[in-house]
Amino acid sequence: MGPLIVNDIISPNTNMLLAFFIGIAFGFILESSGFSSSRKLVGVFYGYDTVVLKVFFTGAITAMLGLLFFSLFGWMDLTYIYINPTYLWSTLVGGVIMGAGFILGGFCPGTSVCAAAIGKIDAFLFIAGIFIGIFIFMEGYPLWEGLYKAEFLGYLKMNKYFNLSSGLFVLLVIAAAVVMFWIAEKAEKKFKAPEY
Amino acid sequence: MMRNRKSRSYINPYLGGVLLGLTVLAANYISGRGLGASGAMKNAIVASVEAVAPAHAENAAFYKEFNETHTGSPLNSWLVYQMLGVLAGGFLSGVIARRMTWKVEHSPKISSKTRLVAALAGGILFGFGSQLGRGCTSGSALSGMAVLSLGGFLSMMAIFGTAFALAYFVRKLWI
Repeated sequence: MGPLIVNDIISPNTNMLLAFFIGIAFGFILESSGFSSSRKLVGVFYGYDTVVLKVFFTGAITAMLGLLFFSLFGWMDLTYIYINPTYLWSTLVGGVIMGAGFILGGFCPGTSVCAAAIGKIDAFLFIAGIFIGIFIFMEGYPLWEGLYKAEFLGYLKMNKYFNLSSGLFVLLVIAAAVVMFWIAEKAEKKFKAPEY
Repeated sequence: MMRNRKSRSYINPYLGGVLLGLTVLAANYISGRGLGASGAMKNAIVASVEAVAPAHAENAAFYKEFNETHTGSPLNSWLVYQMLGVLAGGFLSGVIARRMTWKVEHSPKISSKTRLVAALAGGILFGFGSQLGRGCTSGSALSGMAVLSLGGFLSMMAIFGTAFALAYFVRKLWI
């Protein structure tokens, strides 16, 4: 029963080795979906190429459904998986800063590494920027430690927050995703993609 | 011959999404955690600072707190191995699809130099924001949403919402 590492089915060293293979799959899928091109990535914000929205939301709902089914079949104990903690203000402010970085730089950290892997020079600069940004955060940590730790809401899940079953909540996310896919397909027909 | 040299087209985005979701599922099934990217870069910097300025790393608040929750070398971490895999996987896909080329990709309306400056600035913002927000698009938004974390959904909305809101003002960079 999963998670394999928690239940001692694999050793910590095997876990690290498998992390490498999971990374290969991750990088291969990102690159072959076109995430190594910044102009393709930001297309979603101008409507001419919505690949980001399609891949991201299909990925999220596939993973959500997979986890629910694995739990239902008794293959996996979801109480042992990592749930991201929610610190309200740092999540929102951090997200806003990342959003600004996304539209200026055209990548996010994972996609910039894929782009650098195929020789995009702008991606190398973006990665250099990430290192500088993280370093600034670390060195100035006492300045924003208060914001970083403010309004801790716990390891809160969406379905608990809205008082729904996890199955019903995932169904609503899928419905929302289908509506977005429909809008995305319409947008791509309306806005012509530039050559890149 | 000419056709052979042309790079292959990208895979269907919905297929890519399903494969990406299965990768997130595999990470949770095997390792009890989701994917990530910025965390590996953070660990690399912590390791560098500890090597270059050990006295500083022992006294500065951030590194102290980091070492309270982490044992062993910051480089011997799940995310670091996963990111090395991402680099290899991206390279492999690029080789197979014949997309390997040194290039600065930018709109014809701006120079390469402008693009490089914008990329650096965007990276600085993304790097800083990923630490404040406890993870980037992979670790916080995608993997957080997969486990239905409220933080994951908020992170996704803040990232994509802000980029969308600012898109008009920087359109010259892209279209």
